[in-house]
Amino acid sequence: MSETTSTTGAGGGADFDLTQFYQVFFEEAGENLANMETLLLHVDVTSPDDEDLNAIFRCAHSIKGGAATFGFQDVADLTHVMETLLDRLRRHELALHAGMVDVLLESGDTLRGLLGRHQGVTDVVIDASELVARIRAHADGSAAPAAPAAVKVVVPAAPDVVAAPAAAPVPAAAAVPAAAPAAGGARLLTITVGPLDQPALADNLADLFNEIPGLGTIERLDDGTPDAGGLRRFKVSTTSGDDDLLDLFSFHVAREKVVIAPLQACAPVAAEPAATAPGTVAARPAEPAAAKPAAAPSADDGYGFFVDVEAQKEQVRQQKAAAAQAEAEAEPVVEPPAAPAPTGAPAPAARPARGDKQAAVDSATLRVSVEKVDQLINLVGELVITQAMLAQTGRNLDPIAHQQLMGSLVDLERNTRALQESVMAIRMIPMAVVFNRFPRMLRDLAGKLGKQVELHTIGEATELDKGMVEKITDPLTHLVRNALDHGIELPAERVAKGKPASGSITLAAEHKGGSIAIEVRDDGRGLSREKIYRKAQERGLPVHDQMTDHEVFQLIFEPGFSTADQVTDVSGRGVGMDVVRRNILALGGTVDLDSAEGYGMRVTVRLPLTLAIMDGMSVAVGEETYILPLASVVESIKLDEQYIKSVAGSNRVIEVREEFLPVVALDEVFSVPRFEDQAGGGIMIVIEAEGSRVALLVDELVGQQQVVVKNLEANYRKVPGVSGATILGDGRVALILNVGQLVRRARH
Amino acid sequence: MQTAQLAMNQMAVPSAVKPREYLTFRLGAEEYGIDILKVQEIRGYEQPTRIANAPSFIKGVVNLRGVIVPIVDLRLRFGLGSAEYNSFTVVIILNVGGRVIGVVVDSVSDVLELPPDAVRDAPEMSAVVESSYILGLGTVGDRMLILMDIEQLIMSPEMAIIG
Repeated sequence: MSETTSTTGAGGGADFDLTQFYQVFFEEAGENLANMETLLLHVDVTSPDDEDLNAIFRCAHSIKGGAATFGFQDVADLTHVMETLLDRLRRHELALHAGMVDVLLESGDTLRGLLGRHQGVTDVVIDASELVARIRAHADGSAAPAAPAAVKVVVPAAPDVVAAPAAAPVPAAAAVPAAAPAAGGARLLTITVGPLDQPALADNLADLFNEIPGLGTIERLDDGTPDAGGLRRFKVSTTSGDDDLLDLFSFHVAREKVVIAPLQACAPVAAEPAATAPGTVAARPAEPAAAKPAAAPSADDGYGFFVDVEAQKEQVRQQKAAAAQAEAEAEPVVEPPAAPAPTGAPAPAARPARGDKQAAVDSATLRVSVEKVDQLINLVGELVITQAMLAQTGRNLDPIAHQQLMGSLVDLERNTRALQESVMAIRMIPMAVVFNRFPRMLRDLAGKLGKQVELHTIGEATELDKGMVEKITDPLTHLVRNALDHGIELPAERVAKGKPASGSITLAAEHKGGSIAIEVRDDGRGLSREKIYRKAQERGLPVHDQMTDHEVFQLIFEPGFSTADQVTDVSGRGVGMDVVRRNILALGGTVDLDSAEGYGMRVTVRLPLTLAIMDGMSVAVGEETYILPLASVVESIKLDEQYIKSVAGSNRVIEVREEFLPVVALDEVFSVPRFEDQAGGGIMIVIEAEGSRVALLVDELVGQQQVVVKNLEANYRKVPGVSGATILGDGRVALILNVGQLVRRARH
Repeated sequence: MQTAQLAMNQMAVPSAVKPREYLTFRLGAEEYGIDILKVQEIRGYEQPTRIANAPSFIKGVVNLRGVIVPIVDLRLRFGLGSAEYNSFTVVIILNVGGRVIGVVVDSVSDVLELPPDAVRDAPEMSAVVESSYILGLGTVGDRMLILMDIEQLIMSPEMAIIG
């Protein structure tokens, strides 16, 4: 009977192109893998939470389902054995131990590799057979060692039946006849479809069995050629009731055209569903027990579709109740429910209950391509500009005569803002997405380095633009890696210093004004001023004795600087911190670093929340308007010329709050044309970037507003001192100043 | 319309094959023709936002329905005396090399269809436009058109548009 399973593979794709769904599958599989990893890392090995185990199981199961549908056999095989192990775990047949977590994590990595190959990202061929064997060994655990043979499965006792998933996807044919009568509750049916005008429609029924895991198996009785009457006959092995089958079939062919009849007694195929669809069949503790009463009545049930509808509905209700009750009992071996369903198989009835819950979860989110969201954001940006133009025009009108219009304009403004915020929120995703990758990374790294570390995360719910999240992941990874590799000491060393053996790394994210601050802290050895100073001298970097600690620490951001005594494969190749800083600066962010030798170090990364919209301050110079990012503005002061002092000829500084700041006159930087009699520079704005401040001279502060950042380089080139452009309320373009460049220019 | 235009440009003929329809405009005393498929639209001149430290012929950037578009004055680029801006000054918005760029010329004349036999190779001559950007000479009646490879011109390093 093993041939009946042959249709469960990647079949059914002949007339239907599945490739278009590949991407969705890969995305989902990726999410499931990430999810599984998180759960595995958080699971309490000594007393795992049932909900966690179920969730992990579901992840593996979803991947398997998809992989089987798309014909990625290697992925399906691996997830299958994982599922077996997980299933036994969640039914408490095995006790979870750390070795299992390791092997499951490893499977996750292997799956990622396998999926990568199918996706065409890598072409590394991975042989998972050894891993599969190891998982099997775990899955067997206390149970009989020879799980792969289906024979072991079909012993009358219910718990063993549930162990059936341990079998390889294709069970030994010989095993089947030995099955105990009640085992799986599967029935063998002959389904006759037709007469049909288009017999090909009937083939869709076969596809149904491929697409729906746990439905059972189907096999054609006529080798594809319909007989004279246009009839098609199938041999079906299923646990589902006739009614459920008819409901499914009615997607493709009319109910009246389908005749279901039992082929023979159900017993011989009992093991089938367990072997072919272990996930769903074995998924419920209720099933094996509930299946018992199903065996006998199923003979009548063959004619279930003659039963009147009301009676059937009543049946389903009772079945659900029975199933729910059965499910409530944790033990896999349960007595037949007190109120067994009079006819029909209870097992499928239990499935919709779970299915509904899942459907609810699925429909709560919507998968949309980033492109569509970006288009939306662009359109809203346009709308905001148009609204601003209207508002400006409206200000010139007489408010009494145009009262209604004024009111509408106010509404428009409010709605536009709300719309803009909502649309921007679509792109916002929590920092948890980034943070979640670190527990695993640290776990592996710590193992490799022989260190002990605990990771604390704070503010995982802090939201950040998706584009930012993608770009910040690499720099953060680097920082966290550095913290463990260079920062945290070996346990013995820590104990000797009077610290706890296990180091601690903290990741914290929080919103600060219009930006997000992300901190990476460790309680390791910290930075050594001496060591950095010496290294910097060796590398020929400009250093002098009077540098503050803070300034010395900043040296590690210089290109080619690495203080690791030993270059490890983790970090210490000297391509680290300068790249981190460059990447963060490119995002319009800043990075700062603080340390106390022997006590640890803290790196603070500040980033704008989004690259698309910015809070700006518009300033006027001559006839021109420029935008300053509000985040970089420290304060603005009415200028008193007498405080400006010349240093070494052309350089000017100004004393502000006992600090001398270089003066940058915007009209000089941008050679703004001026009329003869026009005096400029009435206002001084203190701006800050990369930890240094300068005083920027402008004529006037115009106002504060949200601006939509436009790329100047799309149609033009990079302009020094300018990071982008925006469109003002009157439709004109204003340039956005690149504060970082202005500050650097003044400082050097 | 913009996307349709873009799609057409992507299929645009290589410059070796001479285009059939030309937009003609005047620069000083000479009349030029450029491939009509490179033209997105023609609009009036509005004061652009000046870009600091850019060459004088780059007038600045304007907002074209939310897109930031640089404006080049070809009269200044080729040193054709005074370039005045009034209500008759027009800007040809080009779509070349995936970029949208506006050029200011003296005046736009019309769109002409030139059969291949009406186009001759350009002799060595001293037009204001460098000969490397000239595809050939076209004759329509008693008018002579200098057919310009506007894409090459705009994308050239001297134009300082591509950074």
